Amino acid sequence: MNLTNTLEIQETFPDIADEMLKAQTKDVNLYYKDFHALKNINFAIKANTVTALIGPSGCGKSTFLRLFNRMNDLISGVKITGDVLLEGENIYKKGIVVDELRKSVGMVFQKPNPFPKSIYENVAYGLRVNGYDHKDSIDEIVERSLKQAALWDEVKDKLKKSAYELSGGQQQRLCIARALAIEPSLILMDEPASALDPLSTSKIEELIYDLKNKYTIVIVTHNMQQAGRVSDYTAFFYLGELIEYDKTKTMFINPQNIKTQNYITGRFG
Amino acid sequence: MNRKRLKIFEKVFGAVLFSSSTVTSLTVLFIIVFLFNEGIGLFNSTPVEKKYQFIVSNNNTVKELSSKQLKDIFNYDITNWKQLGGSNDSILLFTINDLSTYFTDDELGANFENLPSKINELIKKNPGILAYLSDKYVPQHLEGHVIPLTKISIKDFVTGTEWYPTSEPAPQFGVLPLILGTLWVSFGAILIALPLGLATAIFMAEVASQRLRNILKPVIELLAGIPSVVYGFFGLVVLVPLIQQLFNLPVGETALAGSIILGIMALPTIITVSEDALRTTPTSLKEASLALGATRWQTITRVTVPYARSGITAASILGIGRAVGETMAVLMVTGNAGVIPHTFLQPVRTIPATIAAELGESSYGGLHFKALFALGILLFLITLIINTSVELIKSRKRS
Repeated sequence: MNLTNTLEIQETFPDIADEMLKAQTKDVNLYYKDFHALKNINFAIKANTVTALIGPSGCGKSTFLRLFNRMNDLISGVKITGDVLLEGENIYKKGIVVDELRKSVGMVFQKPNPFPKSIYENVAYGLRVNGYDHKDSIDEIVERSLKQAALWDEVKDKLKKSAYELSGGQQQRLCIARALAIEPSLILMDEPASALDPLSTSKIEELIYDLKNKYTIVIVTHNMQQAGRVSDYTAFFYLGELIEYDKTKTMFINPQNIKTQNYITGRFG
Repeated sequence: MNRKRLKIFEKVFGAVLFSSSTVTSLTVLFIIVFLFNEGIGLFNSTPVEKKYQFIVSNNNTVKELSSKQLKDIFNYDITNWKQLGGSNDSILLFTINDLSTYFTDDELGANFENLPSKINELIKKNPGILAYLSDKYVPQHLEGHVIPLTKISIKDFVTGTEWYPTSEPAPQFGVLPLILGTLWVSFGAILIALPLGLATAIFMAEVASQRLRNILKPVIELLAGIPSVVYGFFGLVVLVPLIQQLFNLPVGETALAGSIILGIMALPTIITVSEDALRTTPTSLKEASLALGATRWQTITRVTVPYARSGITAASILGIGRAVGETMAVLMVTGNAGVIPHTFLQPVRTIPATIAAELGESSYGGLHFKALFALGILLFLITLIINTSVELIKSRKRS
């Protein structure tokens, strides 16, 4: 981590300075062909916290989230400048093997997207593609991951059944378990509860709260209350810019920027 | 007024649509009925030309003769009635051509007026006789009896191993070699076309850039547009000599040549249908796989292809369907020997090629003609099964 950047972040968020930073972006710009989607973003994510990314549709928050596991690479015509650091290492430098990187960054998507395989095989997938084939330890990891995702009790008797037999909320927790199985150092969640009913949503939120002890989570959400409930830090994006970034409490009670205030209070977005 | 005219127009339009579909359905129905009507006639008919009879001695206990047994008798493979469950008498074959061996012209009379009595005499004298006679030579007061022939059964038709539809006096209508020939060639074709087609489909759906795909796609569609006789010509001139040299064979016209040509012909179907199936794999699943650290190839083999499995199965069955029914190209390169094949390097004869090659030389309404129609029914049933299974696979996928 370079010194000037630490100082910069120290200025903005004094309480982060002494902590280990899980991830950081420095002067990141992203273009879809001619469209300037992310503008000069400097950002830091503290370890073992939940950081919420909020903002109106099209503000770039999902694109920003996908910087950390290079999922934007899949879209043709994307150009990225600046540095994205994960545990101090620039993940966009030459020589980075993208699929190696993605093993250390888990992702949970907007809609539950389990594979058309058994519950067990869904969780084991990440292990198998990474060349892990010791059956006993896979059993163990599957059980542990399902427990961490608060799904074990509901599925322990039907691990061989298709994942499609689960409800939407269970499927999403299965996807979380699937991401946890590869023990990522950072978990990205792209509106993980937006396709779920309120009860399932609250389960997911509880889960996120619990996972914080062990993992670092970045979550994109449209739901202000959700951001308020689950996150320690909140970042507000607007038209590709990072407008405001602060402790969630501070930001919700006393937003510095008028745009943030308007968005949080529901005047636009 | 305007509204009224619109109503009339709609009625006319509806009537046109209705009658078009009626005509179409009726045509299809007519063709099927025609096919079955002609083909079914083969069964329950006797395997011998009309106006000819087989006559045996009155002491002969054999009840009936099948076409196969007749052939064996005429080839001297069966020489004693014992072999057919009769008494221990060696078989004496007699046809009208043998007349001069037994009787002089004087004995028969100037106008063959003694012929019936002489034949009766012969039959009486030889308990082992089997006389093959035209109706007009059969004596009125026959001292022997006409032995009935086994009617052609569906079982004999399907399991018979010999296809000699024009042999005299006992044509053989065993289509097993033709069925096996068809299956061998089709199976070989799919063995060649499926890996190649699937690889191309994966390449086009997952790997190739949009620009490359825009070039590849029309090329593959062009492949589907080449007339089959051109494929056959290509096979005959290029492939057949190549196979002959490569495997050092007496002839290059083999099942392998047919399989390769059919494989190439089935490629467009297999590629297009499997590519469409591969494209139905949701992006979200592919992203989930990639986000877990899977490489692109792992994602293709573990997520994309398994997801498209039923579509790929449908593609290969459709490909087989194309191969089974293909006529011209196969006719040109497989050598058309109606024997049961044991390797891919033997000539084979397929059902459609048989129909195409022989229909012209069969007499209208004759047994051979009916047998070819029965082959047509068989082919129709095979393709019906194939198409139905494709539909089943598709509907299972939907549910």
